[in-house]
Amino acid sequence: MLLIRCPYCEEERPELEFRNAGEAHIARSANMAGESDDDFEKFFFIRSNPKGIIYERWRHIHGCARFFNAVRDTVTDKFVMTYKAGEPKPAKLPGASK
Amino acid sequence: MAKAAAAKAAAKTSASAASAERRPAQAGRSVSAKNVRVEVLPPAERMSLRAPEASVAALSKALGLTLPKSPKSSAVKAGRTALWLGPDEWFVIDEAGKDLLADCAKVSALHSAVGISHRNVAFTVAGPAAAAAINAGCPQDLSLEAFPVGAASRTILGKCEIVLLRTAADAFRVECWRSFSDYVFTFLSEAASDAAA
Amino acid sequence: MSGAFRIPSAGRLSQAKTARFSFDGQSYTGIEGDTLASALLANGVHLVGRSFKYHRPRGFLSAGAEEPNALVEVKRDDARKAPNIRATVQELYDGLVAQSQNRWPSLAFDVGAVNDIASPLFSAGFYYKTFMWPKAAWKSLYEPKIRAAAGLGVSPDKPDPDHYSSRYAHCDVLVLGGGAAGIAAALAAAETGARVILADEQADFGGSLRFETGAKIDGQDGYAWAQGAIAKLKAMDNVRVLSRTTAFGYYAQNFVGLVERVSDHLQSPGHDLPRERLWQVRAKRVVLATGSIERHMVFADNDRPGIMLASAARIFLNHYGVAVGKNVGVYTANDSAYAAAIDLKKAGVNIAAIVDLRDHPTGPVIDEARALGIEVNFGRAVIRAGGKLRVTSMTVQPKNGGGERTIPVDAILMSAGWTPSVHLFSQSRGKVAFNDETKRFVPGIYAQDCVSVGACNGTDGLAASIDEAYAAGAKAAKDAGAKTAKGTKPKVDASESWSRGMLGAAPGAGPDKTVKAFVDFQNDVTAKDIRQAVHEGMRSIEHVKRFTTNGMATDQGKTSNMHGLAIAAETLGKPIPEVGLTTFRAPYTPVTFGAIVSHSRGPLFDPTRKTAIHPWAEAQGAVFEDVGQWKRAWYFPRGSEDMHAAVDRECVAVRTNAGLFDASTLGKIEVVGPDAAKFMELLYTNPWEKLEPGRCRYGIMLREDGFIYDDGVVGRLAPDRFHVTTTTGGAPRVMNHMEDYLQTEFPHLNVWLTSITEQWAVIAVQGPKSRDIIAPLVEGIDMSDQALPHMSVREGKICGVPTRLFRMSFTGERGFEVNVPADYGQAVWEALWAEGQKHGAAAYGTEAMHVLRAEKGYIIVGQDTDGTVTPNDAGLDWAVGKKKADFVGIRGLTRPDLVAKGRKQLVGLKTKDPKVVLEEGAQIVADPKQAIPMKMIGHVTSSYWSQNCGRSIALGLVAGGRDRMGETLYVPMPNGVIEVEVAGMVFFDETGGRLNG
Repeated sequence: MLLIRCPYCEEERPELEFRNAGEAHIARSANMAGESDDDFEKFFFIRSNPKGIIYERWRHIHGCARFFNAVRDTVTDKFVMTYKAGEPKPAKLPGASK
Repeated sequence: MAKAAAAKAAAKTSASAASAERRPAQAGRSVSAKNVRVEVLPPAERMSLRAPEASVAALSKALGLTLPKSPKSSAVKAGRTALWLGPDEWFVIDEAGKDLLADCAKVSALHSAVGISHRNVAFTVAGPAAAAAINAGCPQDLSLEAFPVGAASRTILGKCEIVLLRTAADAFRVECWRSFSDYVFTFLSEAASDAAA
Repeated sequence: MSGAFRIPSAGRLSQAKTARFSFDGQSYTGIEGDTLASALLANGVHLVGRSFKYHRPRGFLSAGAEEPNALVEVKRDDARKAPNIRATVQELYDGLVAQSQNRWPSLAFDVGAVNDIASPLFSAGFYYKTFMWPKAAWKSLYEPKIRAAAGLGVSPDKPDPDHYSSRYAHCDVLVLGGGAAGIAAALAAAETGARVILADEQADFGGSLRFETGAKIDGQDGYAWAQGAIAKLKAMDNVRVLSRTTAFGYYAQNFVGLVERVSDHLQSPGHDLPRERLWQVRAKRVVLATGSIERHMVFADNDRPGIMLASAARIFLNHYGVAVGKNVGVYTANDSAYAAAIDLKKAGVNIAAIVDLRDHPTGPVIDEARALGIEVNFGRAVIRAGGKLRVTSMTVQPKNGGGERTIPVDAILMSAGWTPSVHLFSQSRGKVAFNDETKRFVPGIYAQDCVSVGACNGTDGLAASIDEAYAAGAKAAKDAGAKTAKGTKPKVDASESWSRGMLGAAPGAGPDKTVKAFVDFQNDVTAKDIRQAVHEGMRSIEHVKRFTTNGMATDQGKTSNMHGLAIAAETLGKPIPEVGLTTFRAPYTPVTFGAIVSHSRGPLFDPTRKTAIHPWAEAQGAVFEDVGQWKRAWYFPRGSEDMHAAVDRECVAVRTNAGLFDASTLGKIEVVGPDAAKFMELLYTNPWEKLEPGRCRYGIMLREDGFIYDDGVVGRLAPDRFHVTTTTGGAPRVMNHMEDYLQTEFPHLNVWLTSITEQWAVIAVQGPKSRDIIAPLVEGIDMSDQALPHMSVREGKICGVPTRLFRMSFTGERGFEVNVPADYGQAVWEALWAEGQKHGAAAYGTEAMHVLRAEKGYIIVGQDTDGTVTPNDAGLDWAVGKKKADFVGIRGLTRPDLVAKGRKQLVGLKTKDPKVVLEEGAQIVADPKQAIPMKMIGHVTSSYWSQNCGRSIALGLVAGGRDRMGETLYVPMPNGVIEVEVAGMVFFDETGGRLNG
């Protein structure tokens, strides 16, 4: 069971309290009704599924109930960092040398 | 139409003062093991309070206690406890039967107050093995360093969500939704006998 | 008397406390503190099992958890019989009943042993090659036969009456292994005040100090020091000491699974005690002090009962006071076996000879052995063991060939050296490194916050181990945030030294030989099998492992992996590290399902949710159905009524008079805030801004892809307050869906959501007389049609308690849903029931509810929809706000596929024979005479007998359904084709007049 740092509770909490909510930073268009088929396809169906660093959403559903964002390495399954919903994608990751 | 009028009349005349009997879930249940006792707590007034930062002062004033702003914390005053559950969410319990919603109704600052007195059932888990009993199904660190007296958190117990409040070094209040209360009591009973061993 | 092989002067057990036990029906006496193994050996019993494949007689190889052979069934009663219990781990209690496995009709005469004679047939890969043809026979013939013949032990066929418990624990330093190194690390960490957990799989702490008679620490005998140190640790508040506790799995972020065997060693465990306790420990730092495991010598017939590891014989002697034989031979490539010979010799056991494969070993143990008059042979090999059910001799030959000499023995002790136990380190995703000099894999690159100390780290010698462990314990505590240690490091006054050893097959079991020299005892893998695997093309050790099954038994190759690897490397002509070590996987030793399940069984398997009104329904004899975790009243049979009769009666009562229905399980969410209506506009297809307070609307919620996600009636209580209802099963996910959008897409809206599902008990009162039933109990609400029309909501009182009274209907009749605070639910229900009795009302369950709503063509999300149905498909286009600029799903609805012609649409289906009730899920075709496979154009989603309509009714999703009104379609069933006519979805009161009374 992983420990995940909740940016709202400001501490690491057991994975059981959390739920994954898919890839992060996929914004819903302000003009949803006007989206082209291609744009809608990208928005709704296409996900990156990278090997390595992934940006994803988690919800501390059995804790503070907030959604937040996390950076996780899909190879090591280690969380690199977490940050609050609405905050931009971090420009630089802690400990990243590459 | 005549029928409707009759109904209207009936509504006016037969308004009975007779109150329906309250039947709290798990009423009277308790279990004692060597070092821990689990007991259902009497009904209490409960409210889910949601508000932005700017409204906290006004709400604190109306409620007569300072709403806590730190994660995993609570505030107690005169039978009233406010638990921080999230950055804009408090769970307020009044054990003296005072009307929490009425207090908040006076506040014009932005907020949402919803009555949940009947939604939850509360248990007390007390004794030297209280933390061990809860740790049978709760994955959080319940040492006094990590979860001191007054610490409060929504979390997990077995297969169920609970709100956990440490009321003393060796006592906790466990709140769960009404329909989960049988599960929670049964779980805590089993856990209590194991924690005592 | 506790056995002829018990040596009263040896061991630490008190002879006074005897324990009787039986093995294969024979009664024996042992001593309290014995393991089943030591007690049997004390009675001269070596033969305890038959091997997996060849059914060869087997005895004890070891004295611990690594035991591959001595697996027995321990039986307390018919339900409590545990197979595959290692006799070397099972502690003796008075009355213990054990029996051997994998033999028929008896252990001494086992018919299956024919496999041994026919063994040339059963070489590695035999099953893969032989049972290839005919393919169909695999499933029906070969596999069942092979499984019946193979298998280790028999599972009990009764429910397990024992209980199991679990505990989450957190600590600063978790020390795994309670030998000298583990104890030293725990002491150092504990002295800082850090929270420490020390676990060891044995009943007794001390590890190898239990048999190393040469160890002296702090002026005491090593074992005595260990017991003193454990007593000290146990007395500390910050330390938890767990014996009989195996760390079986090392998971991410220092999360370690331990199983504590709480009562398997007790004669009559108290009912309070669990059998086992699962510990899930989160440690800031982990100290691995898991020691090392002795390897056997690989030579012909090295599996005969009486042949065992030298260290095992020492434990049996020095701890349990048991001699493993009277005339013992020793075969070694390592010093540590000498110590065993010396201990036994001093205890009065004859040592027939020590056979040492090394040419010119020197050292104090060798000198001491010689001084004791033990015959020592260098540069020689044991090329064969004699005997069958028990070893009778060892045949010795110079290792480079020459004359053979057969020495009579009744036991052989062997040692090829020691393998560091890197299992948990490897499970932690650490990478092992091969030390070429010592020929050992030791911890290399760490992946987690842990450290290995002592023998498992390849550290030789007691003093070095304790130094390393003490420093590591202190550092681990410091790294976890504790202060510096205040204690003093244990001082080693004397210790034993063990030098290296060898890997792979010994002379006499080389590539030119076809003898059975076992590498893996539990899976019957010989040196020859491993060579054969390489010859047949296996290059990777992972392939060799799977082809031969070496290391794949329940002992996970604790004794066999290194030998197997060395033989494979030699055959491949490659250095060992290039061939690589197989991955160690959890569990380290087998874990019971009971421990993993722990509390989650019986009533705690899953929460069973019951409504506030449940006790009333139960008292009325209701039959319940499971809806998710909820128990819902399904129907209320009266007298001898069956379900059909009860449902018919309930349905008729509702439309004739009235019915009461417990709708408490419906999901309920209170949406509060100045932007509540804006939020509702975005989450539901319907318009909400103009809905007046006091009115209700049926809402549809879509996913972004345009498909129906949920539905429910929503009441506006105030401009800034909505009372939203959801489906019973959808409640949690709808809440999550709404929170998701609110928090991440529309965070600018000032609105909050609170689940009030369980705050309110909901009593639906439906039917022409519903108002007459409710009105007398209501206070402060005008119940007239003008004041309270269909789809409206009022707050007031009923029976003196607060209510949110909805006028709404899921039956098509005049109807109400009375919401009251849950604790009042039953009392209000009873009051309404009493009123209802005056008006001929019935209580109805979920089945009647389903029929009644289907008569009206009201859909149930999840039954009539399946995640691919749009509002238009379901005939609910009217509920989609055409003028809205945005709502979740708005774009999805215009996707090409969703607006294409010929989509499946929900329609009514009437069977030509009104008595025939369709099966839900049945497929629909246009032409029943077409060739199979037929083109299916839809399926039945809901189907019931409707007593009110006097016929069967059904809903179905049919391609282009609404354009097929009146068309005849066909439902092919096993008993024939059923003709149906496509119809509208409303079967009863098509104009809807009854809704308004």
